[in-house]
Amino acid sequence: MRDYLTRRALFAIPSLLAVTVLIFLALRAVPGDPAVLLAGDFATMEELAAMRARWGLDRPLVVQYALFLSHLVRGDLGDSIVSDLPVRDEILQRFRVTVVLAFAAIGVALLIGLSTSLLGATRPYTVWDYGSTVVAMLGVSTPIFWSGMLLILLFAVMLGWLPSGGVGSWQAFILPAVSLGFSAAGIIARQTRSAMLDVLRQDYVRTARAKGLQERRVIDRHALRNALIPVVTIVGLEFGRMLGGAILTETVFSLPGLGSFLIISIAKRDYPVVQGIVLWLALAFVVINMLVDVAYAALDPRIRYA
Amino acid sequence: MREIAAGGEAGAGGAFAPVVGRSGAALAWRRFKRHRGAQVGLGVVLVFALLAVFAPVVAPTSPAEAVLSQRLIPPSADHWLGMDQQGRDLLTRIMHGGRISLVIGVIAVGVAGSIGVPIGAISGFRGGWVGHVLMALVDILLSFPAILIAIVIVALAGPGIRNAMIAIGISQMPAYARLMRAEVIRLRSEAFVEAARAIGLPEWRILARHVFPNAAGPLIVQSTLNMAGAILSAAYLGFLGLGAQPPTPEWGAMLSDGRTYLRTAPHVAIYPGFAVMLVVLGFNLFGDGLRDALDPRATQR
Repeated sequence: MRDYLTRRALFAIPSLLAVTVLIFLALRAVPGDPAVLLAGDFATMEELAAMRARWGLDRPLVVQYALFLSHLVRGDLGDSIVSDLPVRDEILQRFRVTVVLAFAAIGVALLIGLSTSLLGATRPYTVWDYGSTVVAMLGVSTPIFWSGMLLILLFAVMLGWLPSGGVGSWQAFILPAVSLGFSAAGIIARQTRSAMLDVLRQDYVRTARAKGLQERRVIDRHALRNALIPVVTIVGLEFGRMLGGAILTETVFSLPGLGSFLIISIAKRDYPVVQGIVLWLALAFVVINMLVDVAYAALDPRIRYA
Repeated sequence: MREIAAGGEAGAGGAFAPVVGRSGAALAWRRFKRHRGAQVGLGVVLVFALLAVFAPVVAPTSPAEAVLSQRLIPPSADHWLGMDQQGRDLLTRIMHGGRISLVIGVIAVGVAGSIGVPIGAISGFRGGWVGHVLMALVDILLSFPAILIAIVIVALAGPGIRNAMIAIGISQMPAYARLMRAEVIRLRSEAFVEAARAIGLPEWRILARHVFPNAAGPLIVQSTLNMAGAILSAAYLGFLGLGAQPPTPEWGAMLSDGRTYLRTAPHVAIYPGFAVMLVVLGFNLFGDGLRDALDPRATQR
């Protein structure tokens, strides 16, 4: 297992490097002087000169990339044009909000996704099953901003139970988490349903029933445990997708997280921040994908990465 | 929006008699007919496409026509979905928004397919280091949420419908590459491909004439589901101010504009969002049904 972990971590390095190359080249593919992009439209000549020196913008691309990478490994992502603060600090401060939102949302997604799909899969082709399939389909198809707005309309405007935005209290996270979680619940529900139906057809489930186990125990002990293995992968991938969906949720609910910060920074043409956020998210995705692979290997004894 | 729902149910009736035969198409059609969700989906998609094409003819007014004295009035007999913040008829704007969504969807899916399919085909047929490098790039893209890729591309290239279509296309490309590669690998060891090789046909011809037609089914399913994804992404980009710009009647942009009036006139934001959901749901249902009809092995039932 430790060998596998090490090898999986080493595999992540080339893809991280490839991401840095893509982002590095992308910013230089934008028309205009990269020094102006990084220092802002209102930079003085001295500021532009300092920017060129710092990132080596008058030197060959390869040297520029090497400089970029050496800044990067030291955690130096440059300074925000808007606030003049280090991009790293700006990101870390907002990332916390996004992480809380993503965890709350995945909790909601699991609650809705698992409960509906298990209700359905253990009673296939009944009203329960069709109902859970409909919920799953709605989850996949409902735009995040639309469910968010409906929730605001119902619980904040009409009933006045919950705040419509901000991070004043923990209650402020409820509606965003439900809105974002519902979109992932559909995918989790579909995956769980098909995994569960698959497992319920297996011989060992028939054996468990034949030896007179209560249906409840057959499900708990034999079926569910095996059905959940592929679900873990989906949950991991959905967690990554949540960080993308958070861009919309945070905008709808005015949450000061990384996603809404990305959109604000794009609108203000704050390129150092945009670059920093994209790099940060890329790192997050590489780590999440690695954890998913590791969890998969740890859960399923049949998988051996020799 | 009520007509669209009703249209979906009418389409579910299935006025066509089943062709009983042994051909693959007839079999697929019979399986499709048993799939109620798929028929509802097809109905929604058809109504949406017809409304999009004929919007200038059937829409009550023009999407830019504004009557300031009728700002934000709720749905009524004269204006079925009410008026927006500038006194424009919401039903008209949603119909025209359908045109924009349809065009964005078709072009984005076209871009995605025309980049992704060749990459997958080359990588699957040839293998070698070129194939490996291409697939490594595809896998990196695939590890990011599509919406994030689209946002980053638009952020660099500048907002607007044209860049949004390209960005969404690129964000969907990896799915085609993966799918095509898997199909090519499955097909390249089939006897008919070996036979084509044996009589000395050039590679591009084998790919075009023998491999591609046999991979068409899964590609069609993928394209239908990608239409759902592309329309959703376009609405997201419009909502975030990165896609279509006001006063273009694009659903996401309309919803973003109408959001300010959620407390006083919720219909302005709610209906465009409902349109997005309905169309995305339609393409998803239709795509699911197609998958079950074209590839019965993929079904878990």
